Amino acid sequence: MKLAVVVFPGSNCDVDMYHAAADGIGADTSYVSHHCTDLSQYDGILLPGGFSYGDYLRCGAIARFSPVMDAVGEAIERGALVLGVCNGFQILLEAGLLPGAVYCNNSLKFHCSPVRLQVVNADTAFSSQYSEEESIVVPVAHGEGQYFCDADILDDLKKNNQIVFRYQDNPNGSLDNIAGIINRRGNVLGMMPHPERAVEGILGSTDGLPLFQSMLQDWRGSRHAAVE
Amino acid sequence: MPQSNEPTPEQIRDQKLYSSMGVSDEEFQLIEALLGRLPNYTEVGLFSVMWSEHCSYKNSKPVLRRFPSHGHQVIQGPGEGAGVVDIGDGQAVVFKMESHNHPSAIEPYQGAATGVGGILRDVFSMGARPIALLNSLRFGPLDTPRVKYLFEEVVAGIAGYGNCVGVPTVGGDVYFDPCYTGNPLVNAMCVGLIDQKDVKKGLAAGVGNSVIYVGASTGRDGIHGATFASEELSDASEEKRPAVQVGDPFMEKLLLEACLELIHCPGLLGIQDMGAAGLVSSSSEMASKAGTGIAMDLDKVPQRETGMTPYEMMLSESQERMLLVVEKGQEDEILTVCRQYGLSGAVIGEVIAEKRLRLTHRGQVAADVPVDALAEEAPVYQRPAQRPAYLDAPSPSWDPAAEEPEQALNDLLALPTIASKEWVYRQYDHMVRTNTVVAPGSDAAVLRIRGTGKAVAVSSDCNSRYVYLDPRAGGAAAVAEAARNVVCSGAKPLAVTDCLNYGRPENPEVFWQLQQSAEGIRQACLALDTPVVSGNVSLYNEREGTAIYPTPVIGLVGLVDDLDWITTQTLKKAGSSLLLLGETRNEMGGSQLQYLRTGANFGPAPQIDLEREKALQALTLSLIHAGVVSAAHDTSEGGLAVAAAEMCFSSGLGAVLSLDSGLAAPIELFSESQSRILLEVDEESQSFVQQQAQAAGVPCQGIGRVIADERFSVSLNGETVIACAMDELEKLWEGAISCAVTH
Repeated sequence: MKLAVVVFPGSNCDVDMYHAAADGIGADTSYVSHHCTDLSQYDGILLPGGFSYGDYLRCGAIARFSPVMDAVGEAIERGALVLGVCNGFQILLEAGLLPGAVYCNNSLKFHCSPVRLQVVNADTAFSSQYSEEESIVVPVAHGEGQYFCDADILDDLKKNNQIVFRYQDNPNGSLDNIAGIINRRGNVLGMMPHPERAVEGILGSTDGLPLFQSMLQDWRGSRHAAVE
Repeated sequence: MPQSNEPTPEQIRDQKLYSSMGVSDEEFQLIEALLGRLPNYTEVGLFSVMWSEHCSYKNSKPVLRRFPSHGHQVIQGPGEGAGVVDIGDGQAVVFKMESHNHPSAIEPYQGAATGVGGILRDVFSMGARPIALLNSLRFGPLDTPRVKYLFEEVVAGIAGYGNCVGVPTVGGDVYFDPCYTGNPLVNAMCVGLIDQKDVKKGLAAGVGNSVIYVGASTGRDGIHGATFASEELSDASEEKRPAVQVGDPFMEKLLLEACLELIHCPGLLGIQDMGAAGLVSSSSEMASKAGTGIAMDLDKVPQRETGMTPYEMMLSESQERMLLVVEKGQEDEILTVCRQYGLSGAVIGEVIAEKRLRLTHRGQVAADVPVDALAEEAPVYQRPAQRPAYLDAPSPSWDPAAEEPEQALNDLLALPTIASKEWVYRQYDHMVRTNTVVAPGSDAAVLRIRGTGKAVAVSSDCNSRYVYLDPRAGGAAAVAEAARNVVCSGAKPLAVTDCLNYGRPENPEVFWQLQQSAEGIRQACLALDTPVVSGNVSLYNEREGTAIYPTPVIGLVGLVDDLDWITTQTLKKAGSSLLLLGETRNEMGGSQLQYLRTGANFGPAPQIDLEREKALQALTLSLIHAGVVSAAHDTSEGGLAVAAAEMCFSSGLGAVLSLDSGLAAPIELFSESQSRILLEVDEESQSFVQQQAQAAGVPCQGIGRVIADERFSVSLNGETVIACAMDELEKLWEGAISCAVTH
């Protein structure tokens, strides 16, 4: 499986994402610059956390205009898997590739700690290696992670099983305890918690690893289908 | 030569205009003698910042010289951006601590943020990848809106900068004491990792080579920051807010990544951060160290504002800037790398043979002074020292033996100095880059070194109440505690950085504190084989004539050779035994309980025997290496009972302590005797540990066991003196700081 970690100016979880993909599931992983306009060789695109463009103006608001984002759009069109974590999620929201928005945490403070999540939908390309309603521990680290959307979108998200992860102890005031959502087609996942920080026992949790393993499983399945 | 609106050299002399820049009459005469003429306005400015205490250490040099700074592990001692210490396999750690006290006192968010930015640049300008940040913070009690504001904003500023740059803030220490109400301390430490072959220095080598400016444009922020940092604070300090710089962590992140690529360009010969005293310190120091000079055309300096004078450009402390010296002909390669990271760079000058700093502006010479005069020839003052009168003042009367132990434990755990600092470190991204294997909240933070089986442990410490009462013992205790914390994490202490925070050195009592505590640090560093490889001095920490307690903060880095040795303070298993290494004596002077009950800090501070300390640390490390220690914790503020309770917190376990002692219960439980470590060991290992301790000459006493019930009980000589529910103690300890901030 070939994965790209997109590096925007100010990305700082790019290294963590790289190791989760390369060491965690043995994927053939490369860093890709925000200038890159062709992602056609990759099976999956990883948008890492950090402070792209310093998060000035609004988180992700400048990064969504990076040259690479057109290529991300094309990758989504052709069905490649796209994972946005933290700032990566914020960029996907700003780009309109996932519905909703994030506010400042309700504490108005940056919050970094492991949190307990519930796997709400274990039937996606990003969560198949979890079991439904499984409780997992994955860290959060953000100042602006309070997910919000209007009532219609929330209805849609629920109706279509697009809520993949919920907080069990909501650290930021997110609507309906939403921690991660997926698009209708099921190939774009955005989440505020950092699964790439929970892939080794020495880091305190390996509960993020099944997310990457799910992606690998999905890719194997789709390749198998293509060969047939 | 002078700018049209600037005073003439004669006016500067006759009206003593130099004194507003912090230059004394004698220093002005010395400048005149060094130049052989009167200095112009820009030149007085250059000298005033370079000869400030912050840059020249003119008051503290005689003391600093006595620190041990060599050792088999030291690759680079004091004098460069940061110290460099060997960790084997061709790798090294690079680290330093620096103060940002004065800026933080008047503009806490930016003051703290730019403190982080500055210390990061000190480390990555050496070519090292920053892997960890720590902060040592001191505030007044959290009972006034002003102190709460300072505390909240300092923490937010550290978080805002460090989180954005993406370097984990993994530790530090926070104390609250009235002596810091008007003058908080914000000391930031950074640890970097480097391959030894890549170490870069700040040298302006090779006549004809180019001087390149990289990073943010120069504005009018932070002018005279170094001078401001070398004066006492007063209510008028608020007016010096423009002397506080404004940070841009995004620019820092770009600069960091660019510099770590630039160090691999063969054309790069020297690199130095434009930190305190900005362009003047970086250029004159690089030239002075290389035995060269630098000529700069100030019209080429990237400027954020129009109409800037040479004085303003040279003294600006605008952040996120680096000065490079690049081999002639290689400029394009360097500038191309900068552009790739979205940074602007400009060739602003060249290295010259004459050892002078020669500045031109709009075709005219703006300044022409010897670089050594600026960087090396600041006067050094031997300040008189005198034992402070307060040491002989009558002490309040207090009978610690009459304290009720259970109430005392409850009250101590709720003291912000002892309480959980989670409110603080939850705001710091302490995990980014996924190397933090022991997060904040244990004795030391531990970072694994990816691709090796090794890790580094880091801690910062200083109990200034001890230093105030007994500077020599207190200075030694600061080193010993930092080392003990690192040892409790499974690491061998390697070397020290220090940040020496004191009042006005012209006050003989303050200078005595500095001298004596430095002697304590020196002795401890020698005994524990931890040389001082870098550091910083912050004097004039006074508000309205009242100095802070002497606060020499020690940052210590240790090496864990095997990841299996990493140890935390949290209890692991019901049924295991608790052992106390070291000896508890009646040492209540300077203790947390004493201050809590009397509102005063008095009596003899805990004493320290460095040979015993050394034996204790060696024993603890050998026991950890032998694999028999499941948790280890240094007993410090609040004494034995607090340390034991801390080991229980977040373990889901409890403890039953049964002690035998000739001391009264409150003294046995809350004395702050040094050189003690609590261990959790398997029951079957207890006799092995006791044998080892006996062989090492370290007192070792079984004091209780770990239980599955979340209870905490203590009996002394068979009589129960404390019986608490763990969750109640934990609630007090966990909630104290957020409660104090929000109420």
